Amino acid sequence: MTALLSLSGVTAFYGAIQALRGIDMTVEQGEIVTLIGANGAGKSTLMMTICGNPRARSGHVVHDGEDITHWPTHTIMRRGIAQAPEGRRIFGRMTVHENLLMGAEVAGRSDIPVLLDQVFTLFPRLKERLSQRGGTLSGGEQQMLAIGRALMSRPTLLLLDEPSLGLAPLVVRQIFGAIRELNRVTGLTVLLVEQNAYQALRLAHRGYVLVNGSITMAGTGAELLARPEIRAAYLEGGHA
Amino acid sequence: MRGALRDAFLSALVALGIFGPMVGLVSTSGDHGLSLQVRPIAVAVVVGLIFAGRLLILSWRGGGPRQRNLALAERVARAGKYITPILLLAAIALPFTGSRYYIDLGTLVLTYIMLGWGLNIVVGLAGLLDLGYVAFYAVGAYSYALLAMTFGLGFWTCLPLAGILAALWGVMLGFPVLRLRGDYLAIVTLAFGEIIRIVLTNWVSLTNGPNGISGVPRPTLFGLAFSMDGGPGTFGDFFNIEPAVIQRIIFLYYVILGLALLTNWVSLRLRRLPLGRAWEALREDEVACRSLGINVRNTKLTAFGIGAMFGGFAGAFFATRQGFISPESFTFMESATVLAIVVLGGLGSQLGVALAAIAMIGGLEALRDFLSFLGDQMNSPVFAGIASELPLYRVLIFGIALVVMMVLRPRGLISGRTPSVALTKLKEIAPDLVAESRS
Repeated sequence: MTALLSLSGVTAFYGAIQALRGIDMTVEQGEIVTLIGANGAGKSTLMMTICGNPRARSGHVVHDGEDITHWPTHTIMRRGIAQAPEGRRIFGRMTVHENLLMGAEVAGRSDIPVLLDQVFTLFPRLKERLSQRGGTLSGGEQQMLAIGRALMSRPTLLLLDEPSLGLAPLVVRQIFGAIRELNRVTGLTVLLVEQNAYQALRLAHRGYVLVNGSITMAGTGAELLARPEIRAAYLEGGHA
Repeated sequence: MRGALRDAFLSALVALGIFGPMVGLVSTSGDHGLSLQVRPIAVAVVVGLIFAGRLLILSWRGGGPRQRNLALAERVARAGKYITPILLLAAIALPFTGSRYYIDLGTLVLTYIMLGWGLNIVVGLAGLLDLGYVAFYAVGAYSYALLAMTFGLGFWTCLPLAGILAALWGVMLGFPVLRLRGDYLAIVTLAFGEIIRIVLTNWVSLTNGPNGISGVPRPTLFGLAFSMDGGPGTFGDFFNIEPAVIQRIIFLYYVILGLALLTNWVSLRLRRLPLGRAWEALREDEVACRSLGINVRNTKLTAFGIGAMFGGFAGAFFATRQGFISPESFTFMESATVLAIVVLGGLGSQLGVALAAIAMIGGLEALRDFLSFLGDQMNSPVFAGIASELPLYRVLIFGIALVVMMVLRPRGLISGRTPSVALTKLKEIAPDLVAESRS
């Protein structure tokens, strides 16, 4: 069985600075995989490199049996990969409804009502806020909107970049709960980048640890949680 | 109160420094060359006005400007519903006044409204700051003039051609500037506008250089020409009425009214399509757009192309109305005026652009009349000298009005954004409540 997404020897640069040093990882169909690491480890870069912005300088990104390493970003996003980018990046002056429709750019027009319903089932709050401007939502609602917008393209692989950023623990739990629900019910494959290692590893089937642009550890979520070096580096000081 | 007086006094002092030499001294050519004339009363009037004005502003401000601003935004938004049909009716009814002056002015204002709406697609919706919009206006005008003079094509054949050519140039400009944003984009588009003008000036064999092209043919009404001889096949002959210049003027007025309404209709439709939404999303966040599978390059190019096309239409109309075009009509000043209309009206607001064009073009004209009138009234020896000069100050007054306007309503006349899609009733939210996202 081939993996839904596999990276082999991927390197990426920002000018002369190397951000990724030969990444090998796989994401199987139906899995939740998390990528944890400190600030500046290259987590977000890895996420963006999968989307082709910046492109990998060497190595291969293979999605669903096809090498997408050198594809332009918008065609990659049209293959069933969707991203809720870091910092949410919703369209602040546009309404919640318009934001969601922007996500459906890739989907067929007739599917829109169905997709909207699916998002509202997952995040009922968004339905209440439908005609409100994105910029007036709370942080948690904005994150829901960012995830909902990504889901509007009917993705087979969802990339989430730090969905817990700047949110209260209770809201984080809500959002992680929604991700778990989504994966359980629809079998959606999720690649989750997180700072909040404890929560992320508990949610994920498998995890990778990224340090200075290289993967140093991999294993199931429970395995990684039990490793003393992980506890020391990412979990000390109490869990959120 | 003491503070206000002090403030007003300081303002008057600054005004004295500025206007003392500007207004108070005037050079006249006498028998022995130039001689300097002093006009203390004129200076006193100006400084007095500024003193009083400053005092007035300070006392008026008491109630807190922020709240007043919000109330105003709401009121304008609500009034918008009634303003649109009233303006449209007024525009349709204008030629029935029969005054050539008003119809000519209306035609001019409508040309700028159309240019404003065209530029609004690029600047207002897609958020691409274009300082060289006049280039497309020029391309449209010269396309029509040259096609009509060289191949003998009529206005209605050339109009779409002019639009297509301008759109082509829009896309050609779009390609190199795709990676640029903000200030850098503005500079390149500014240069582009100048390049077009300079090429038009220097390519004498094609464009007749600075002398321009005269005798550009007039448009016809379904093949009926508006000529004064009243011969067979002319408008006057067909309807059996005495041919008059005013008929052509009125016809041109309705042509530009139709073109402007077409521009408006197309922009409004586009806004509701995925393409229009993508433009607006692009203005907000380019990275997010890309991550949603939007082809940023094509989206930007269509914005440039469609915006330029309407500029080209307006240019073709300009050429046929004037009957004469030269590079002088397509200076940076034109780009700046159109951009000012768009910014003043509120980026992305159709009604705002229309109101701003009326205020800027019509208002400037009205101000000229008013100042001449005022000058005539002041025909006493005390004001000798200033009265005849008053109309010259209209641009200054206008500049001050613009500054005041931007202080009171920094996001333009109508800055609320109407959602392009809604399940229930459309709701306008005051822009002051919404933080703008910046990437």
